[in-house]
Amino acid sequence: MTADADLIHFEDLEPGTTFSLGPMPVDKAEVIAFASQYDAQPMHLDEDAARHSLLGGLAASGWHTCAMLMRMMADAYIRRMAGEGAPGVDFVKWRRPVLAGDVLSGSSRVLTRRRLRSRPEIGIVNMRHQLVNQRGEVVLESENPVMVRIRAPDGDLA
Amino acid sequence: MTDDPAFAAGNRTVLGSHHFTEDAIITFARKFDPQRFHTDPVAARDSMFGALCASGWHTAAVWMQLNIAEIGRYHAETLEAGRPVPEFGPSPGIRDLRWLKPVYAGSTITYARVVRGVRNYVSRPHWSILDSTAEAFNEANEKVISFNSAVLVKLPGWDSEA
Repeated sequence: MTADADLIHFEDLEPGTTFSLGPMPVDKAEVIAFASQYDAQPMHLDEDAARHSLLGGLAASGWHTCAMLMRMMADAYIRRMAGEGAPGVDFVKWRRPVLAGDVLSGSSRVLTRRRLRSRPEIGIVNMRHQLVNQRGEVVLESENPVMVRIRAPDGDLA
Repeated sequence: MTDDPAFAAGNRTVLGSHHFTEDAIITFARKFDPQRFHTDPVAARDSMFGALCASGWHTAAVWMQLNIAEIGRYHAETLEAGRPVPEFGPSPGIRDLRWLKPVYAGSTITYARVVRGVRNYVSRPHWSILDSTAEAFNEANEKVISFNSAVLVKLPGWDSEA
């Protein structure tokens, strides 16, 4: 277990701070397994049907892509952050199909941050996330606030 | 654009209920959201949530699962009634997702969809965008999640009008 002081705190998350995500291969069997359970539509399940769909090939459910983003964020920084959860997500844009066989990578970048008047030990950090495929094409964009503990709640901070 | 009441603004459809077992919460979280309050019932007690709870993406994915099942039922009923069925396409994204309350292991969550409206999708003829609000409630009728979804839909009638 990491000592609490060593975790990434609010003070460490200056605007512009960026974490690299991935790479994560998009496995065909996992695309089908996720879709079978949560998003059973032909374009996520069947290669022939998918080829004739608007997506043009066997594509991961957008929810699967969100779940993969979550895993990449957890591995990159969330598990070593003094995080208090996320109240939500401002938006997710599924910009291009994520096809079986793609390799995803990307980034999470701090946009802005502010302290909470109601909870002096917590700050809100607004993050922007982007995933690209192996051709560098943007497949997903998202922004969301995360709650992060402040290392020195009484300290002076911009 | 369509006189099908299913697409009328304000139309609310209860999609069904889902029981979140500890096993399912842990299985999803180990794969996609390995944080201790989603994967370890003991460690979760000392977390801000106080007990094991589902990944927010798990809670959201179950909305889609129940939504797809309901669309399947709607398709079957519409075909049976001899009416033309709409074709659903991909989604451009979601907005304003709020995780309002933790979904704890053992809880049963009831999901719904409320139509906000149908608009033209300018860049693809014959396709429209269906805007809906997704929401779900726990046994105490507390809202646990909500978000605005959008999906491409080819409504019946477009082909004959084209």
